Amino acid sequence: MLTEEKLKELELKAQAVRETIISMLIEAGSGHTAGPLGMADIFTAFYFHILNHKPDDPAWAERDRLILSNGHIVPVRYAAMAHAGYFPLEETKTLRKFGSRLQGHPERLRLPGLETTSGPLGSGLSQAAGIAYGAKMDASTSSAQAAPKFRTYCLMSDGEHDAGNIWEAAMFAGKNKLHNLTGVIDRNNIQINGYTEEVMPLENLRAKYEAFNWHVLECDGNNIAAFVEMIDEAKAVFEKPTVIIAHTVPGKGIKEIEFDYRWHGSPPGQGPEDVWLKKDQGKEMLNELRTLRGKIESEHQ
Amino acid sequence: MIFADAKLKEDVFDAKEQAPTRDGFGKGLLELGERNPNVVVLCADLAESTRVLAFKEKWPERYVELGVAEQNLAAVASGLAVYGKVPFITSYATFSPGRNNEQIRTTISLNYVPVKIAGSHAGLSVGPDGATHQALEDLALMRVQPNMTVVSPCDAEEARKATIAAAALPGPCYIRFAREKTPLITTPETPFAVGKAQVVWDSHEPAQVAVFATGPLLFEALKAARELEHAVPTVVVNLSTVKPLDRETVVAKAREAGAVVTVEEHQIAAGMGSAVAEALAQECPVPVEFVGVRDQFGQSGEPKQLIEHYKLGAAHIAEAIKKVRARKS
Repeated sequence: MLTEEKLKELELKAQAVRETIISMLIEAGSGHTAGPLGMADIFTAFYFHILNHKPDDPAWAERDRLILSNGHIVPVRYAAMAHAGYFPLEETKTLRKFGSRLQGHPERLRLPGLETTSGPLGSGLSQAAGIAYGAKMDASTSSAQAAPKFRTYCLMSDGEHDAGNIWEAAMFAGKNKLHNLTGVIDRNNIQINGYTEEVMPLENLRAKYEAFNWHVLECDGNNIAAFVEMIDEAKAVFEKPTVIIAHTVPGKGIKEIEFDYRWHGSPPGQGPEDVWLKKDQGKEMLNELRTLRGKIESEHQ
Repeated sequence: MIFADAKLKEDVFDAKEQAPTRDGFGKGLLELGERNPNVVVLCADLAESTRVLAFKEKWPERYVELGVAEQNLAAVASGLAVYGKVPFITSYATFSPGRNNEQIRTTISLNYVPVKIAGSHAGLSVGPDGATHQALEDLALMRVQPNMTVVSPCDAEEARKATIAAAALPGPCYIRFAREKTPLITTPETPFAVGKAQVVWDSHEPAQVAVFATGPLLFEALKAARELEHAVPTVVVNLSTVKPLDRETVVAKAREAGAVVTVEEHQIAAGMGSAVAEALAQECPVPVEFVGVRDQFGQSGEPKQLIEHYKLGAAHIAEAIKKVRARKS
């Protein structure tokens, strides 16, 4: 149950995650800005409310599996994991650096708590479906009592739906009625070359998934309460896998860059200069996020 | 003469018993199914021809049908392996590891999970289906991926053993199978271990040429060795594991003989012969002749015609042996 108090706590946490993302990107000097900021609310909802997990025991058999298909937004995952206690917050500063466990794109073997290795787009849903299928296989055998019980979540970008592999996975999950699998699409409408509907139109995304035998939900992906409600509904659907089309604002939290696809792949300090000069981008972004956090805090008091 | 410790079939040169290596895969899977409940088989609409039908009938709940979707085949298997299963993925080698190469690289090799990739219909001997279905670059694709083990069995019996051995490896493994019937060379008593080369022929005289063969062409290499028995003493080594290469045996045999011939039903570029040459260039540079496909695609035809046309048969191997010996002086 998401109380008013818990919701405020999550909203503040999401702001802290955003600040960590920007600090990490400034330190790294490369990486993606828009996607991680847009997904900060959803990752916060997962790591601080939805997931059944133990940060101090990342291999716990009963943990819910969170698969990140679009590995390039991993700074948001690292930030949320650090805040959740998987590793020290200080370590986020090593993002993309030599010897770091926080690789530019996530690698399962390097950092406990990551479920897969990803980056090349379009294959996360297949891996998530494999995990969910394995769990379903074991749940239907005579030794089912001993089988771990968990849910599998797969976070995807909208742009990666250009890839055929995703639709192979969607067919497979639909055929096998993987009700223990929930997909989440970061519908932020941008990809590297521009707006998704110009690069390669994805609509009607809802109808496409429905045609593949999925239960489809939509919500505002920057509204934590609304998103949690969708997750609860997905858990209740037993006949099909569910996908949540989460409408997010790329760059969310920093007004000057919201919806601007030019910030998809640029870190602060290397973005377009029509608002801030490169040298000021990091500082300005952090200031803005801190001001916003102050506002949420004062509203709460 | 046949090397006694190899315990080959007594009448090996009569080639009375023949079977495709894919049959050995099917048998190995059935044995594994009994032994290990975590072994699961994933198939991309080719159950009969990849020889997984018997497994499917015996353990339908451990058989996963993917349809014609090889990228999904690889990545779903990755998920199953992360969960705790030992998945075998099956298709023709041109499609897996051909079409799904990136999924194998990222989600299986880099991710280091125990997915076993069974590539059937490899080599020219696919015959009438033609170039689209004749995988001649699969060993290359797989051996350049870190963490990947690569095995290319010489006959159905070795294929059975390789299948069982692959399941026990902690990481990913590619095993190459062929469609066409080829002579049974080995017996259940023939030693087999992943990563271990096996001498199968050794002359009375000290060998002047070491022949390394992988896959069913080992039989052609044996025939060539016998044909030259009194002209050029040779040692013939079955190099069924292409990676990790048994460097110790390769270098020792090359050093003793002073010249090498490699034999494979695969592109010469980046195949088994290249692996041997890489090792020898560093540790024991001797003349090497490569018997393999020379930067060409295959085509339709009967397997025997194709082996002749692309110069991979016993006569061509014998020529290569004589040629490399001449290069020694």
